[in-house]
Amino acid sequence: MKNIIEINNVSKIYQNGDIVTKAVDNVSLQIKPGEFVGLVGPSGSGKTTMLAIIAALLSPTNGQVLLEGQEMAELSEDERVKIRREKIGFTFQSNNLVPYLNVQENIELMLRMNGGLNKQGRQRALDLIDRLGLTKQRRNMPEQLSGGQKQRVAIARSLIHNPSVVLADEPTASLDSERAYQVVEIFADLIHEEGKAGIMVTHDLRMCQFTDRIIEMKDGRIANQYNGRDEICNHIVCDRLPPQVFQFDEQSQGIPFEELSVHQMA
Amino acid sequence: MALFLAFKEIWRNRGRFILFSLVIALVTTLVLFVGSLAAGLSNANREYFDKLDGDLIVLQSDVDLSITASRLPLSLMRRIARLDAVQDAGPLGISNTKIENGDTPLLDVSLLGVEAGKPGSPDVISGRAIRLNRRYETVIDETVARRTGLGVDDTLIIKSTQGTDDELYELRIVGITESREFLYQPSVFVPLQIWDKVRPQATLNTSAVAEIANAAVVQLAPGFEPETAAALIDASLSDIETADIQTVVEAIPGYSVQQSTLGINKGFTFLIGVLVIGGFFQIQTLQKVPLIGVLKAIGTSTPAVSQSVILQILFITVFGVFLGTSATLGLGAALPEGVPAVFSLSAVWGEILIMLIIGPLGGLLAVRLASRVEPLKALGLS
Repeated sequence: MKNIIEINNVSKIYQNGDIVTKAVDNVSLQIKPGEFVGLVGPSGSGKTTMLAIIAALLSPTNGQVLLEGQEMAELSEDERVKIRREKIGFTFQSNNLVPYLNVQENIELMLRMNGGLNKQGRQRALDLIDRLGLTKQRRNMPEQLSGGQKQRVAIARSLIHNPSVVLADEPTASLDSERAYQVVEIFADLIHEEGKAGIMVTHDLRMCQFTDRIIEMKDGRIANQYNGRDEICNHIVCDRLPPQVFQFDEQSQGIPFEELSVHQMA
Repeated sequence: MALFLAFKEIWRNRGRFILFSLVIALVTTLVLFVGSLAAGLSNANREYFDKLDGDLIVLQSDVDLSITASRLPLSLMRRIARLDAVQDAGPLGISNTKIENGDTPLLDVSLLGVEAGKPGSPDVISGRAIRLNRRYETVIDETVARRTGLGVDDTLIIKSTQGTDDELYELRIVGITESREFLYQPSVFVPLQIWDKVRPQATLNTSAVAEIANAAVVQLAPGFEPETAAALIDASLSDIETADIQTVVEAIPGYSVQQSTLGINKGFTFLIGVLVIGGFFQIQTLQKVPLIGVLKAIGTSTPAVSQSVILQILFITVFGVFLGTSATLGLGAALPEGVPAVFSLSAVWGEILIMLIIGPLGGLLAVRLASRVEPLKALGLS
């Protein structure tokens, strides 16, 4: 399968007087459609910088970033904004949602930004809302939602416009572990189902049991990689069912998300 | 998109935005009230001059252009009228008196002496203009007509002090003219020769023919510019000074000082408006910096973000100015007659325009702030 993201020998170097900081140091990686990658490492290891480079928010000092074969360095700033709008979905740590838009409007915002909201778009929004168990809350304002609900809305927003890449920056940082599991679990499912290239930056290794690959960064370099569930679960504690097994089939569809999660936990 | 975000934000925070619109409305009311007052006070001084059918005023020299201090012999009128640059010239006599008609209370009016058919004599909206120079006939302005209840063919009684005695004079009203206030009083026009008899004076005037007026109203001949014509008149005759109407009005004692005081008032209120609107949107935007970072990170272009802020500022300003204007006009309608303020859109449209401009002007900083937010903020990197 063709890589959606291809990063070749990318470095990001900051120079402040005589002090040279290599935030990212000669990193290469490829991500295929339907692949969910966990980017972990201590703070200062360069994982967020890496995410910003992949998101076209930051230009690397050296190296090549290809998104669906398109070299990012060749694009103008306006074109990069367009790429972010069309090809990338985002979930941030906080301040994700527009406080004066309700759940559905927040999700549909990406469609409005991409040239308008039509009937199919609205239907996809409703489907995603249903899928994420937010049907009851779809007219609620963000302030009326719990932390977990907010992050699920953000995940829906990151997928609604059918991007090829979905990125999440510490999406579970403000959640308790039970809610965090729920959020990452459904995130992983959607990435697999919809064939996105998914990257999640996290410092919580337990969350990586839903990923297909863990990339561990240290001092701007890739220190370790763990591929596949076996390798991952050798490295970290896996106390959840693997994401591959957790699939919405005909029967489970329609069961509210909350109930489904309880069932999964049992 | 920008429109959608801008209006959703206003709608979902409508309490806050309405409150702020009210602040703009109050600033607008204040500005417009001062503007109306300035227009009204100015008008009360100069309305007669504004509607004058002349281009220049000839005054006695060495009186600092003060029309009340100036004296011109009537013989000079003919000489002015014969000049090449002059189409026609008419005398203007200025005084004031009281109207005492039956049971109506005394009404102070300007008593203006003019010559029939000459510049300075007003057009009428009913009846006829002053036609005969030796008759006790008068044209009153509509304010006088309204306040006294008198009309064409009625008799107007004025009370003037002659020497030490109060004398009553009867004048037949032949016409009514548009409002022509002069020196804060509505006007009554009489032929100059009658004016010379009935105006208050220190001694009883017994001479049959008036010999002096205060000034001459000059209509220019076609093809002459006011400035060159004024120079020509000044060069042709001695002991006179010619000025355009604006200059004469500004020389009315107190006029310029009053207008500049009100102007300073207005200026500062505008400044307050800029600062208040600027401050509000600055704080509003500062609060939203993290959100703007996220919006930019997910692909909102900087122009769209700026547009959204500008749209909000425009909307809130227009709404506030509309409220304030309505309030001012309502207030104007509720004020008693006699308050020298002109509450009309035509008198304050300049102020309204400035209020509409200072909104976006005050908001410029906020727009700049919003456009400078880095999308990297969303990742906590900048």
